[in-house]
Amino acid sequence: MVNIAEYGDYETAWCPGCGNHSILLALKNALVATGLEPYNVLFISGIGQAAKAPHYLNSNLFNGLHGRSLPVATGAKLSNTELTVIVESGDGCNYGEGGNHFLAAIRRNLNITLIVHDNQVYGLTKGQASPTSEQGFVTKNQPEGVFSQPFNPVEIAVAMNASFVARGFSGKPDHLSTLIQSAIQHRGFSLVDVLQPCVSFNKVNTFGWYNQRCYIIEDDYDSTNRDMALRKASEWGDRIPLGIIYQNRRSVFEDRFPFLGNGPLAKSPVEVDRVSQLFDCYR
Amino acid sequence: MEKLDLNVVIAGEAGQGLVTLSQILTKTLVRAGYYIVVTQSYQSRIRGGHNSYALRISHREVVAPTEALDLLVALDQNSINLYLPELSDHGFILVDEKVSSTVHSRVIRAPLADLADDKFSNSTALGMVASLLGLHKDSVTRTLREFFDKHAPGTSDHNAESLAAGYDWILNYPVKFPKLHPSTLPEGRLTLNGNEAIALGSISAGMKFFAFYPMTPATSIATTLAGHAAQMEFVIEQAEDEISAVNMAVGASFTGAPAMVATSGGGFALMTETVSLAGMTETPVVIVVAQRPGPSTGLPTRTEQSDLEFVLHSGHGEFPRAIFTPGDVEQCFHLTIKAFQVAQKYNTPVFLLTDQFLADSYRSVGPFDLGQLSPLNPCLDSCVSANPHLTYLLTESGISPRIFPGMASQCVRASSSSELVIADSDEHTQDGHLTEDLSVRISMVEKRLRKIDGLKSEVVGPEFIGTAGPETLFVSWGSSRGSVIEAADILAGRGRSVATLNFLQVWPLIPENFVSILEAAKDVVAVEGNATGQFARLIRRETGFHIKKVIHRFDGLPITPKYILDRI
Repeated sequence: MVNIAEYGDYETAWCPGCGNHSILLALKNALVATGLEPYNVLFISGIGQAAKAPHYLNSNLFNGLHGRSLPVATGAKLSNTELTVIVESGDGCNYGEGGNHFLAAIRRNLNITLIVHDNQVYGLTKGQASPTSEQGFVTKNQPEGVFSQPFNPVEIAVAMNASFVARGFSGKPDHLSTLIQSAIQHRGFSLVDVLQPCVSFNKVNTFGWYNQRCYIIEDDYDSTNRDMALRKASEWGDRIPLGIIYQNRRSVFEDRFPFLGNGPLAKSPVEVDRVSQLFDCYR
Repeated sequence: MEKLDLNVVIAGEAGQGLVTLSQILTKTLVRAGYYIVVTQSYQSRIRGGHNSYALRISHREVVAPTEALDLLVALDQNSINLYLPELSDHGFILVDEKVSSTVHSRVIRAPLADLADDKFSNSTALGMVASLLGLHKDSVTRTLREFFDKHAPGTSDHNAESLAAGYDWILNYPVKFPKLHPSTLPEGRLTLNGNEAIALGSISAGMKFFAFYPMTPATSIATTLAGHAAQMEFVIEQAEDEISAVNMAVGASFTGAPAMVATSGGGFALMTETVSLAGMTETPVVIVVAQRPGPSTGLPTRTEQSDLEFVLHSGHGEFPRAIFTPGDVEQCFHLTIKAFQVAQKYNTPVFLLTDQFLADSYRSVGPFDLGQLSPLNPCLDSCVSANPHLTYLLTESGISPRIFPGMASQCVRASSSSELVIADSDEHTQDGHLTEDLSVRISMVEKRLRKIDGLKSEVVGPEFIGTAGPETLFVSWGSSRGSVIEAADILAGRGRSVATLNFLQVWPLIPENFVSILEAAKDVVAVEGNATGQFARLIRRETGFHIKKVIHRFDGLPITPKYILDRI
């Protein structure tokens, strides 16, 4: 049995009161609940305060470029499908810089999990608007307020028939932990968009702001019903639904390569005999 | 009448079946034991636009393209207008009488419609060409049947009949066309272009992951690989963009699969941030850059050698790299294998720099000796470096032993958290976690750069052909090699003292390998497919040796021996 101590306990560079602390704890609890050993998990992260999260737990980690975690995760998972691959990064990383990869990852549907710390602001670079910032959101770099309409990742993901779409809130860590656990266990591309306050740079979407609006989806909600899911996913504003918004059993990308079932690619080097056959068609 | 080498050009609009006809002819010639050099020139359009396929043929080894025109197969009138002035004294133009009304003693207007159904007229024309060249009807028929059995089942008989009709018609046509000298090469040679050789080289090297975004002239590497992926059990994926392609490759490599991407200048521009990432995270990746003329979209389907400085300096920050520049198709194969070995050994990005001419240039390639082949086996070298494992263990060579996530030494399944693999694009401590400790920063920069010494020990030195201390020394890199060698041969035949120095690897450079050769020559002439003499400048920067004369070509066409001779 894995216990939470095996995932370690590290000092972080985050502000006191930052939502990241409880997301990290929820994540560790989810990993323990799934029974995954740290050495069988690979985190891929980008750049930003959220992307530092995997540095604060024991597991394999590739901390790459801003916005590019999903392609790295795609290659890493295809090369070794035995690994549990979890991408963890922020809203700027995944919905801004990496927006094209987000769309492609939903289409491709690898069995990986994407956890997005969504605080509607850029923290690492000290408070610029993010793709999920509300219209009118004022920052030092957007002194007239944000003009562009916010990106709703949950709505987009459901619209694109993503395999698993959930929204959590750092203020409800136990609920969040079960969402992450379900996402990891779901076979297919799983998105967990996690709302969190940024205590330093977002004075609008505070803990209180979220707490007032967020509610956990009622028990009789059918997350496999796409029509219901589309309606639920479009809910935003006075009431923000939390929970598994949508899930389906789309076929998984890596299954189209039957040989991946033989184990990691590293363990099946090219055989010279088979190479020599290749040349016949060029003679 | 025999001629030592013949240049056949098949020209017309895109979509007229020109490439099919040309490739069957090419394969027949290679099987018959001839050396060939193919130059493909096409416009960036699916249908329409002028395309040509030039096929230089000889029983002696030929290594360069030529402007000479001995036989033109014109599929449209425009081709006749374009090429008639270029025709050699003994040359002919073959054209369907319905296509052209040009009356000329050197134009053979063939009644293709009388001989075969319109649908098969290219096969009729192919029969005529084979007949003119003196090839055996059986051998060209066999290659044609193989092609159509594979690509258009059920049409082989009609195509073969049409071919025979064309072949026989020429036998009764009163022309005196120079025949090819009988060939002497043994059977079993391969018909390959540069991109196919890179694809086969990558598989032979042990590649297990390839990602790409289509871009001319690199795309046929992906096409070739796609045809072999299931059989050879490697992953190939078309990414949403080049940024994704190269990041996928880095991810796959991080978890143990030898990985490659292929693109051209514009696509490579998108990849450069990740080149730096691979350098920093010390993740091996092979990157093929098949050059075409820039800047920007440039001439998308033409050739150039203008991205040397770009590739050399790509990626921010300082980290080691190696750049191989194959000079012919065979070298494309061998240097791809070398690129994988070097990348995997030094955990850093390694480049293959080619261009459209070489990418598309078919040659007759001797069967490769696969006896020595030893595809990469990443598990054999994988080794837990410490307890716990340190991804960036400081070593004298700068090379840190790798393991892969989920696996310990020799790819044995991991069993403890002392076997974690942590990599970071931030500056990092030995365990892979990000750090702001500036003394660690210094030790990590020095560690990464120490790998340059190892890379230098692996360098493929330049190839010197000729006698030491020549009056004229040509310096080439990449695909200019063949034309430089032939130009030197021609000059030597005229009594000139001339030699060539051809670089198959342009980075790292080891001055001791070649500066004395440069200094011993009276005149040194760099020959480059660019406007600014990038390699000559690089040599000056690295060695202080100033190559004063540079022959440039940047009109989108490959350098030819004649192009060099006209400028010397």
